[in-house]
Amino acid sequence: MTTLSSKTAAPRSASGWRSAQAKRAMITVLGWSVALVIFFPIFWMILTGFKTETAAIADPTLIFSPTLESYQAVQARSGYTRFALNSVAVAFGSTFFALLIAIPCAYAMAFLPTKRTKGTLLWMLSTKMLPSVGVLVPIYLIFRDVGLLDTRTGLIIVYTLMNLPIVVWMLYTFFKDMPKDILEAGRMDGASTLQEVCFLLLPLTLPGIASTGLLSVILSWNEAFWSLNLTTSSAAPLTAYIASFSSPEGLFWAKLSAASTMAIAPILILGWMTQKQMVRGLTFGAVK
Amino acid sequence: MRLARHLPVTTLAAAIAISGHAQAQTEITVATVNNNDMVIMQSLTDAFEEAHPDITLDWVVLEENVLRQRMTTDIATGGGQFDVMTIGTYEVPIWAERGWLSPLDNLPDDYNEGDLLASVRDGLSLDGTLHALPFYAESSMMYYRKDLFENAGIEMSEQPTWEEVREWAGELHGSEDGLAGICLRGKPGWGENMAFLTTLVNTYGGRWFDEEWNPELNSEEWVSAIQFYVDLLNDYGPPGASSNGFNENLALFSRGNCAMWVDATSAAGKLFDENESDVADSLGFAPAPIAETPKGSHWLWSWALAIPASSEKQEAALEFITWATSEEYIELVGETQGWTSVPPGTRESTYANEQYTEAAPFADFVLNAIKETDPNDSTLKPNPYVGVQTVNIPEFQSIGTQVGQTIAAALTGDTTVEQALDNAQRATERTMQRAGYIER
Repeated sequence: MTTLSSKTAAPRSASGWRSAQAKRAMITVLGWSVALVIFFPIFWMILTGFKTETAAIADPTLIFSPTLESYQAVQARSGYTRFALNSVAVAFGSTFFALLIAIPCAYAMAFLPTKRTKGTLLWMLSTKMLPSVGVLVPIYLIFRDVGLLDTRTGLIIVYTLMNLPIVVWMLYTFFKDMPKDILEAGRMDGASTLQEVCFLLLPLTLPGIASTGLLSVILSWNEAFWSLNLTTSSAAPLTAYIASFSSPEGLFWAKLSAASTMAIAPILILGWMTQKQMVRGLTFGAVK
Repeated sequence: MRLARHLPVTTLAAAIAISGHAQAQTEITVATVNNNDMVIMQSLTDAFEEAHPDITLDWVVLEENVLRQRMTTDIATGGGQFDVMTIGTYEVPIWAERGWLSPLDNLPDDYNEGDLLASVRDGLSLDGTLHALPFYAESSMMYYRKDLFENAGIEMSEQPTWEEVREWAGELHGSEDGLAGICLRGKPGWGENMAFLTTLVNTYGGRWFDEEWNPELNSEEWVSAIQFYVDLLNDYGPPGASSNGFNENLALFSRGNCAMWVDATSAAGKLFDENESDVADSLGFAPAPIAETPKGSHWLWSWALAIPASSEKQEAALEFITWATSEEYIELVGETQGWTSVPPGTRESTYANEQYTEAAPFADFVLNAIKETDPNDSTLKPNPYVGVQTVNIPEFQSIGTQVGQTIAAALTGDTTVEQALDNAQRATERTMQRAGYIER
């Protein structure tokens, strides 16, 4: 809104133009400052990965001779690929199932609301307020009894359930913003509910669905509590891999940073590549 | 509609397909921490598997506290996720008493159980039966920089006292740019500052509990020991000492920022390694300082390998832990990784090996320090508990950490030592009452 109004105000007078420019510069500076503050820990982690262990724990400095020894040590010790494949399977698997369940759910809530829809939505979100550790023992016991401990299936189930409220909420918001007339037109032409969803709703809200999916992938990728508690080795994802580099006796910050950089690299690259779609999706329907 | 009908089946099939779970021969899962000696053990997996072709090893490496919590959850619920666990002297007797660990009364003859150091062996036994095998053991001692001592004309005593240490720290503090007179643990935690502080209180004649389990945290001995510690670190310690644990002090000392450091003997190998330490040439060792009594002035800790009772692969697990704690394994590490990398403090034969004693001049200090500790008699006045730097009861983890936090607050100046110890005393009394050790 600010940008739009400053653009229209620009030709009116030189002083107006200058103040608009100043405003824009301020916003740019503010935007960059916030971005840098958010990115700084990641930047520092990447930097620490290229230091020696003693340099990593020394007084913070930007000047040091970079080394790959931590990356070599990390590579030499454990199978990064196995952990990474587990992360990919679990993050994308859980996102697939979450979308599969959430799309019909959000469709029903957005287009066929009842008087309890709002309450149901709030109740779904309230499940996110319970600390995970509160349900650790029951889940652990169930998983033990059905043989899901240390399996990707188990983790996919937990992550699907964990992300479902957020996914439903986001999809519900996107679907609600879609004009109902389009769906009605489809229905007039004899489309079934499934056809309506597959051929009208999904293509039209694709940016929203894509950004919801990406968010779900990122949340699953970064999740550490359940992955540390429910897996041992076969299904352990990258979060468990990172945790293994901490040491009670011995220096480990450089190796931990190297391992963390390797663990976040795939998701960082994915986020980078899809940032346009993500921003488009997240602001979908915000401006009409 | 067809798609809708087949959806559940398709999704289930997809879930199964992406969650492939392979299993081969007898695979045992070993849970461990990321200490250097354990990293070496992992790197020797091939050597074990070659000698035992019917067993494969699967490693789970976790952060110490996460590992402890995972193992507790798993054993308590009978999850059976682990076949071998890396645990310490503190947990072994407690877990053994609850029936969580398999008793190791069927060790093979060639294991040479008699070769294990007696104090370490006792620490891992319940009623005389081993419940875990020692992988490496450590005590505490003093490290100092010989070059600084020589330049200042100070001679290290054979058995230094804390008063001497204070004098030396005062003389050396600031004599080089960024040099602290002494580095000690300040980071709160039962395994961090409290491990060191309990030995300090022991040597000042104090104890955690009297014979009736009444806490004695605001006794005269505790107050003088903690006041000494707070003054010493505030006057001659490094900046921000309250956030320094073992690792931080190791980094400080190895970079030459501390004139003295009292901590685990396991640091010796790292400080002596020229690739990791700037002070390898000038490194001096001395026994941990004493005050009123030498009793309990240095600790005893061992990392040990145990088999949870819930494991279904007891035999294979026993094969592995007897291999990883054997004389043969120690030889293998010495030959392949260098003799300073040998896991110390477990066997007499390690210290009889000339190759080791030549490569590791600190060997005798470590051996003596470990041999001199007696977890059953660690304080001047009698106490009802087992443990030198710990009290081996389940409640100690939370008590130790809470007391550690109040003392860290005294170190940073947020409270006085008396206030901190009064608070610690009240909190410990409440915990002990709730746990039923003492009456309300």
